[in-house]
Amino acid sequence: MTRRVVLAATAALVLAGVALAQDATVEGIAKYRAALQDGNPAELWEARGEGLWKTARGPKKVTFEKCDLGLGPGVVKGAYAQLPRYFPDADRVMDLETRLVHCMVTQQGYTLADAKKGPFGNGNESKSDIEALVAYVTSESRGVKMNVAASHPKEQEAYRIGERMFFFRGGSHDFSCATCHAESGKRIRLQDLPNLTEKAGAQLAYTTWPAYRVSQGELRTFQWRLFDCFRQQRFPALEFTSDGSIALTMFLARNANGAAFDAPAIKR
Amino acid sequence: MKTIISVVTLAAGTAMLLSGCASPPSDAEINARATAMLKASFAARGQAGLDRLDQDETQKACTTYAGKVPGKDVTDRIEKVNFESIKWPADGKYLGNWQNGEKIAQEGRGKQFSDDPAGPVGGNCYACHQVAPQEVSYGTIGPSLYQFAKVRGYGPDIQKYAYGKIWNADAYSACSNMPRFGHSNILSEQQVKDVTALLMDPNSPVNK
Repeated sequence: MTRRVVLAATAALVLAGVALAQDATVEGIAKYRAALQDGNPAELWEARGEGLWKTARGPKKVTFEKCDLGLGPGVVKGAYAQLPRYFPDADRVMDLETRLVHCMVTQQGYTLADAKKGPFGNGNESKSDIEALVAYVTSESRGVKMNVAASHPKEQEAYRIGERMFFFRGGSHDFSCATCHAESGKRIRLQDLPNLTEKAGAQLAYTTWPAYRVSQGELRTFQWRLFDCFRQQRFPALEFTSDGSIALTMFLARNANGAAFDAPAIKR
Repeated sequence: MKTIISVVTLAAGTAMLLSGCASPPSDAEINARATAMLKASFAARGQAGLDRLDQDETQKACTTYAGKVPGKDVTDRIEKVNFESIKWPADGKYLGNWQNGEKIAQEGRGKQFSDDPAGPVGGNCYACHQVAPQEVSYGTIGPSLYQFAKVRGYGPDIQKYAYGKIWNADAYSACSNMPRFGHSNILSEQQVKDVTALLMDPNSPVNK
């Protein structure tokens, strides 16, 4: 009898210990995240991107200052909060990265292949101009309310296709975006997962990309976020600036409408 | 006469409006375009070929009902097809080695294009489930499996259920978030047995 009581008490203590250990871990992570907000190395990417924006580049030696991100040639302020959008000159819905590539080809004279080269940096081995340009352009929308339109039929279509892609189950593991991002209050290991089917979740997630990733020492764009999600989904490699990547971005960006954009952010 | 002209003008105007502003594509049309666009938006890399985007019947059905609850006739059919495809162990033994099962439950690598095709391949159970209580870094997408057999019993029926569930989760719960580890050749039969032992073995920390 005594032994059973002792055992039960020990079991309860062990359980309480585990719960405490987990609480301590979760609390520790929260503190770490708070500490990260102190200074954000993304500023280095923003500064480099601003320099690139104003530098004459490519075979035609022109700057980005005539590049129309949707609000008129050279207008950067607030542009990202309204992307993706339909661009009549390209007859295509484009996100920021795709539009930058478009300007590099049509204005600066790069080939499409050259313009799309190296979309993601790799620490000190290689730096990505696209990531720096994205950091600069997005920083000029900080505090601006997300306002992605769906007035053009192609914008509406991209949104609906993006929604469908979000639920597309495939690969060796039957995963879709929805596997991890369609319920609130869930975690993978200790990482909180945003519910992207709800306004609050979509807003919190979308408005905090791009982000400086401490674990990678790199600033990562939304194109990278999708690429790396699909890698973990066991899908093949998402092609940079593909129509599918833009449609999915359209779905997620429009779901974030109304929230103040707050990036480049910093994440673990 | 004037009325007739107005009617004709109105009809012509309506026709122009219709041709200039076609009705939006149907859901079926959007779904077809989404599948085509998806396939054009990926490139084969490493061990992840484009065939990863070819859906089997279960994936197709679960995509169709994504975000909504499918009818019971649909879920019954998905569960039946998947249950009938389960390959039960030839020797009739469901339990392997729980210590190996713990390693498989911890291992997150496998099948990503960034992973070595030669392995290792794990089940990454802790990504979504609490399993053994010593591991505090667990996810919550799936239910806690702590004390799995202690609560359900250690008998052969529960052993078979645990093995079958790990082999093919859709056999018991249509459109489950859980991968079909045996069915989709993620884990070998021995690995499925080892993970089953992690849940079922009385000596496993799961049941302490």
